Amino acid sequence: MIAANLPALQVVLPLLGAVLCAFLQRGVWAWGIALVVSVAMPFVAAGLLIQVLDGGIISYAMGGWEPPIGIEYRIDVVNAFLLLLVSVIGAVIMPYAKRSVEKEIAPEHQPWFYAIYLLCLCGLLGIVITGDAFNVFVFMEVSSLATYALIAMGRDRRALLAAYQYLIMGTIGATFYVIGVGLLYSMTGTLNLADMANRLEGIENSRAVLAALAFLTVGISLKLALFPLHVWLPNAYTYAPSMATAFLAATATKVAVYLLLRYFFTVFGASIIFTRLPVAEIFLILSLAAMFGASIVAVFQDNVKRMLAYSSVAQIGYITLGIAIANKTGLTGGIVHLFNHALIKGALFMAIGAVFYQIGSVKLDDLAGLGKRMPITMGAFVMAGLSIIGVPGTVGFVSKWYLGLGAFEQGWWWLVFLLVASSLISVVYIGRIVEVVWFRPVSAAAKRAKEPPLSMLLPTLLLVAATVYFGFDTSLTAGIAERAAEWLLAGIR
Amino acid sequence: MRLDVIFRVTAKIIIPFALVFALYVQFHGDFGPGGGFQAGVVAAAMVIFYAIIFGLEAAQKVFPPRLVELMVPAGIAIFAGVGVISMLLGENYLNYSPFAANPALGQEYGIILVEIGVLVTVSGTMVAIFYSFVGRGR
Repeated sequence: MIAANLPALQVVLPLLGAVLCAFLQRGVWAWGIALVVSVAMPFVAAGLLIQVLDGGIISYAMGGWEPPIGIEYRIDVVNAFLLLLVSVIGAVIMPYAKRSVEKEIAPEHQPWFYAIYLLCLCGLLGIVITGDAFNVFVFMEVSSLATYALIAMGRDRRALLAAYQYLIMGTIGATFYVIGVGLLYSMTGTLNLADMANRLEGIENSRAVLAALAFLTVGISLKLALFPLHVWLPNAYTYAPSMATAFLAATATKVAVYLLLRYFFTVFGASIIFTRLPVAEIFLILSLAAMFGASIVAVFQDNVKRMLAYSSVAQIGYITLGIAIANKTGLTGGIVHLFNHALIKGALFMAIGAVFYQIGSVKLDDLAGLGKRMPITMGAFVMAGLSIIGVPGTVGFVSKWYLGLGAFEQGWWWLVFLLVASSLISVVYIGRIVEVVWFRPVSAAAKRAKEPPLSMLLPTLLLVAATVYFGFDTSLTAGIAERAAEWLLAGIR
Repeated sequence: MRLDVIFRVTAKIIIPFALVFALYVQFHGDFGPGGGFQAGVVAAAMVIFYAIIFGLEAAQKVFPPRLVELMVPAGIAIFAGVGVISMLLGENYLNYSPFAANPALGQEYGIILVEIGVLVTVSGTMVAIFYSFVGRGR
């Protein structure tokens, strides 16, 4: 019974957990529930991934209503991979969350914080698992509303403004998404994504379908913070509580990228997107603008969280670059970077959250000399930083290797130089932090700092270890990403 | 407005009928227009109406903030719980057919239960939003 209902459990368990957290008005119990649910999620996701790798697509009819009439949960290699990614990040972050949240969130708000976090998890997993266009919208709203609340719970008063800014942008994105879905529904008469793909055959060139594609692309690009639609992201990541930043940076934008992949390759099909429309060219230009523009802006930031946020915008550029290259190797690079960047940014934001826990600041000047006081945390930070740069032996190198190879296959050899050049900019901003942290005299703020508690240190180290491990053993990440890329390029047709 | 006799009398006449109407909308939802969301809005609007006429304290005596805060997750718990019961009865999540010997009847029971969950959460949420806005700066 449990094996057959795994798709439902993936979404229902976080929802029930959120309800329990809201009932029990005690921070520690709420944390316990969130921990149990978050740790259970990777097992559910792994179960689904194993079933998919063995037996192909899983289709689960919600409420017993058969697709395409009812809501279908449809799991193939691509979203099984994403489900595993999101749930693993959630599971790693929960032990870390306890001390961080105790420090940053008022006691009476802690149960609500965990309830909202679980709702956010539920929404993100729901977007990934469902095969129904409107159901995606519902889960998108669940996760977005939860995200706004998570950001607004930051200590800084500017968190409210950041949350409001994201609320406006996110709502525009969601509205565009619904307009797109509405147009597609009027043209095809179905909301089931797989069914929609079949029924689009023959009417791909109609103006309504092209308008739908445009609305969907812009709406989802707002959610995934594609340059120049990224303006909500730096403030949101800077002022959100540390735990929320680490979780969102590692998962939320990745889920939006998945949704874009799903529409581009499964619903519309690669032939429309890349041969008849200049989507690849547009994404190529925007990705390059993100890789260079956002990286350069990151160099000049004095707040480390904001610096990492701009770095996220740049890294999303690498992921969308994989979409723009659009051959198997390039797409593999994009998908594998989805996974790798989640690990790296999770680790970086968790390390910086541990710094905030100890010294109460993330200003670059206050971090001076911290390497002498918190050598393990800062060592972990530097290791993850090397991954962002793409040093061989780290996951960052694996992604860039595939992207570079894909560019070569496409005949875009100049792109390889641009990839290296943009990596050099990340050397500058990571190098700035390394210089301040390890080679400056200890600042007043860092004087009494010491290593954070083990519950925060171990999850951070675990993610850093993963960035190194998957840098050497690419069979799991790149292997599955390759199958996912193959699956996407084959499309439904 | 506590001293205005017209408002007070009108409110006392309207509120019970409107609450019954909310129940009508609620239980009519599985046959025609209506359902938990609309019923929840009508019911919550009456609590808000009562608070506007008789004051926040009076409304909070009837609907304590703690109860309202519990109603929000309670409704979701009912909704999600119904789905879990379907799974325990060996069907897919939210498939109500096994709730009665006759699957069509089972579907009806399931809808009614789920709609009650919606009613509880929607009315709770609306009143909670009202309380938190009105309670600001007190």
